Amino acid sequence: MVNNRYHRQMLFEPIGETGQKRLQESHVVIVGVGALGSSSAEMLARAGVGTLTLIDRDYVEETNLQRQQLFSEEDVRRQTPKVIAAKKRLEVINHFTTIHAEVIDAGVDELELIVPKADVVIDATDNFDTRLIINDICQKHQKPWIYGACVASYGVTFTVLPEETPCLQCLMDHIPSDGATCDTVGIISPAVQMVVSHQVTEVLKIITGNLDTLSGKLIAFDIWKNQQMELKVASLKDDKCPSCVKKQYPHLTYQSQLKTAVLCGRNTVQIRTSAEKIIHFDEMKQHLERNKQIKLFTNPYLLSFEVDKYRVVVFRDGRTLIHGTKNVQEAKKVYYQYVG
Amino acid sequence: MEITVNGDVLTVKEDITNIEELVQELHLEKKSLIVEHNQTILKKDKHKETAISEGDKLEIVHFVGGG
Ligand SMILES: [Zn+2]
Repeated sequence: MVNNRYHRQMLFEPIGETGQKRLQESHVVIVGVGALGSSSAEMLARAGVGTLTLIDRDYVEETNLQRQQLFSEEDVRRQTPKVIAAKKRLEVINHFTTIHAEVIDAGVDELELIVPKADVVIDATDNFDTRLIINDICQKHQKPWIYGACVASYGVTFTVLPEETPCLQCLMDHIPSDGATCDTVGIISPAVQMVVSHQVTEVLKIITGNLDTLSGKLIAFDIWKNQQMELKVASLKDDKCPSCVKKQYPHLTYQSQLKTAVLCGRNTVQIRTSAEKIIHFDEMKQHLERNKQIKLFTNPYLLSFEVDKYRVVVFRDGRTLIHGTKNVQEAKKVYYQYVG
Repeated sequence: MEITVNGDVLTVKEDITNIEELVQELHLEKKSLIVEHNQTILKKDKHKETAISEGDKLEIVHFVGGG
C-alpha cells in the first residue's frame, strides 16, 4: 500500500484499497450548503470522493460564520454564493475532487436532472418542503439518501434506502411548521457536526459496499442535555406509503409545492404552502419572540413581524406575505429562516 | 410516578395515564414524533390506548427541519 494522502483511511480495514478506489469513482450530491452541507462536503472531499455536486440558492452572510466551516469573512464582504465559496475552499483542500457548484433552488425540475447521476444524496437543507421532494425523487430513481437536521442542541438523522427502509413520508405523521428554526431558537456548531458525523459515516459505508453495517436506526440526540436516542423504526414502513410503496411521488406534483407569487407594485412576494403542512400559530409566536431582533405583532387572524428590511405577515391558514422584496428566491429564504 | 424518558428519570403527575397525555405534558404534541415504549415502537394511533406505568422506559424522537 503506497503511503499517499489516503493512507490512514485505507488502513481502516472496512475501507481498504478497494473502498478507496470506490470513493474515488463515486459521485455524492449535497443538497444545501449551509452548516450541514459545508461540513459533509469538507469531510467527503478530504476522504477522496471523486465528484461532489453542491446545490444552494443562497449567498454567505455574517451569521453563517459561527458554524458554516467553508466560509470566510471575505465571502461575507463579497456576498459570494455559498456553493461558489465552498468550491473555492474545497479545491484548495483536495484538487483531485471535481466540484460541481450549482447556484440554484433545489426544486423538482432541478433535482430531476441531478439526482440520477448521484450514488448517494445527502440532505443538508433547512426545510421539509425540499426534503420531501428529495424523498420522492430518490425513491423514483432508487438512490439512497441521508436525512439530517438540527436546531438548537438537538439533531436527528436517518438513512433511507429504496426498497428497504421506511422513507421520510412513512416516518412523519405530519409536516410541522412552528417557527423553530436556526434563526429563531438558534443552533450550536457541535450539534451540526454530530449530525454530519452520522451522515458521512453512512455515506462511506454505502459507497464502500459495507451495507451490512448501516445503522438502520432513527438516530437523535440533544448534545446539551446529554441525551442520545436510537430507534429501530423498520416496523413503521407504511404499506400504503404514496412515496416508497405506491410510487405516486406526491411531492413531485405541482399541487404539493410551495407556491409563490410576486404581488405587482407592492414589493411583496406571497407564499402559499401545501395543504399538508400544519401551521402551529402559537408555537411560531413563542419561537419568534425569542429572537430579540424581531419586532412581532399579532392579532387573532395573523402574525406579523419585522426583521432586517422585511416585514413578514403569516395568516392562520399559512399564507405568508414577505414585504420588502420582489425576488422570489429572497422571499423563500426569509420564509424558511423564520417561518420554517 | 417515575418513568425514564430519553435516559432521564422524570417524575410525572399520577393523572397522566397514557402516551398521548404524556406527550402533551412534555409539550411535544405539535411535533411530528416517534415514540418507543418499553422497546416497542408505537404508531401514533396507539398513543391514546397505550397505558404508562411506574418504571416505564420511553424514547421520544421528533423531526426538525433546520440545517
Ligand atoms: Zn414511505
